[in-house]
Amino acid sequence: MTLLKTSWHHMRRSPYQAFAAVLIMMLTFFVISVFTFVILGSARVISYFESKPQVTAFFKDEAKKENIEALKEQVVATGKVSETRFVSKEEALKIYQEQNKDDPLLLELVTADILPASLEISTYKIEDLAGISEMFKNSTLVQEVIFQKDVVATLTSWTSAIRRIGIGLISAFALVSTFIMITIIGIRISQKKDEIEIMRLLGATKWYIRWPFIFEGILYGVTGAFFGWLVSIILLLYASPFLSTFLKGIPLFPVPVLVMGEILGAELLIAIFLGMFSSWLAVLRYLK
Amino acid sequence: MIKLDKVSKTFATGSIAISDVTLDVNKGEFVFLIGPTGSGKTTLFRLLTREFLPSKGSIIVADFDVVKLPSHKIPNLRKKVGVVFQDLKLLLDRTIFENIVLPLEVVGVSSKDAIKRVEEVMEDVEIAEHRDKFPIQLSGGELQRVAIARSLVLSPDILLADEPTGNLDPATSKDIVKLLQAINKKGTTIIMATHNADIVNYYPTRVVTMLKGKVARDQKKGKYDAS
Repeated sequence: MTLLKTSWHHMRRSPYQAFAAVLIMMLTFFVISVFTFVILGSARVISYFESKPQVTAFFKDEAKKENIEALKEQVVATGKVSETRFVSKEEALKIYQEQNKDDPLLLELVTADILPASLEISTYKIEDLAGISEMFKNSTLVQEVIFQKDVVATLTSWTSAIRRIGIGLISAFALVSTFIMITIIGIRISQKKDEIEIMRLLGATKWYIRWPFIFEGILYGVTGAFFGWLVSIILLLYASPFLSTFLKGIPLFPVPVLVMGEILGAELLIAIFLGMFSSWLAVLRYLK
Repeated sequence: MIKLDKVSKTFATGSIAISDVTLDVNKGEFVFLIGPTGSGKTTLFRLLTREFLPSKGSIIVADFDVVKLPSHKIPNLRKKVGVVFQDLKLLLDRTIFENIVLPLEVVGVSSKDAIKRVEEVMEDVEIAEHRDKFPIQLSGGELQRVAIARSLVLSPDILLADEPTGNLDPATSKDIVKLLQAINKKGTTIIMATHNADIVNYYPTRVVTMLKGKVARDQKKGKYDAS
């Protein structure tokens, strides 16, 4: 209680320094939160696509139904296929109309003739997609083949790039925060030089004098982490309607409260460590 | 209670603060330490509280071998030795109560016990009515009493008072010395450094005179003679 009181007293005496310390911590944890959401979200998107191993073959207009059926039988005979679905030109048009029901111009331009019939093939294992895709590509009936492996590969490379940028940014912010915290706690110690000297003369141990400064660093870290997290959550909630439309079909939203809580918990732990570490460095540097 | 044996202190600049000082102070004694400015009185006090180490000699204070005392045990020594500093060293942004309670907080006394003890000491030194005032609101004599109260709050065995009557009028100075004598009567060993000839001559007790860093005289019932 005395520790909290002393640290609070320090903060109240120089509110601008306290505000600067909280602000830099808040920025750091805002960046951490945003990248955590992006990385967790993209991992979820990838696993969604990975859980749906699928090849879609689009047929030429001249391909006849019985030939398509024969090709399908041939593919199913490999034993790697878990599910097949034929989408005729008419069904493709229905899907198109459903997807673009709010845009009459797009609806007018398209008829069933220009949409290709397609066959969607799901496999038990994602690694079997390449073989199935190859079978389709070798067929004269097929105009184009797309399979999720491409999507997953693209997403994975994007995610790893985002992760690298995130780690770089977070490291830079953490480093800047640490230096700013060392400076602020250092200024505090200099301001309290006389008081520290008096306490020493009155019999205070080194740790009795050091703890309030270290605790102050922890308070800055924890406060900054909470507000950084809060701002990122508000932004996420604000962007949720747009994102859920954009990522239609992928079960990403709403983000579970438990996940938000877990992120906050982890960030608070990091904040305690970061606040403690930087103020400990300041104490070692300025309180010999 | 206090034993200095051939103690010398030379600072890094080469100036000799005290030289070859040998002094014994028994438990319960009241000693005036006199001498002109720069004679080594304050240095002697700072050596007794291990603010720094002597260049030579040995110092025993309240069973602590001050020279050999490891750094982490210095707080234990300082809890046994109360000091009224020449410049008082009160925290100006804290109330009188908060200043006096500080040594108790430092040793971890519970809030309830600390409040009780501070109130007792404030009654003893007659500053109870100033409990929630700040140092800037008090007179010189009252501030001295606050400094004395803070030095007493841990019930130290030894009290070192460095010029506690400096800048005070004669009547207030006498009050402060009376207060210190009353504390001494309760068993606390007191060394009071002073320039105040009237005070020293008014209260016949042991007088140690320091000149140019050496003990020039040590009289059982002395008079002020700093020449």
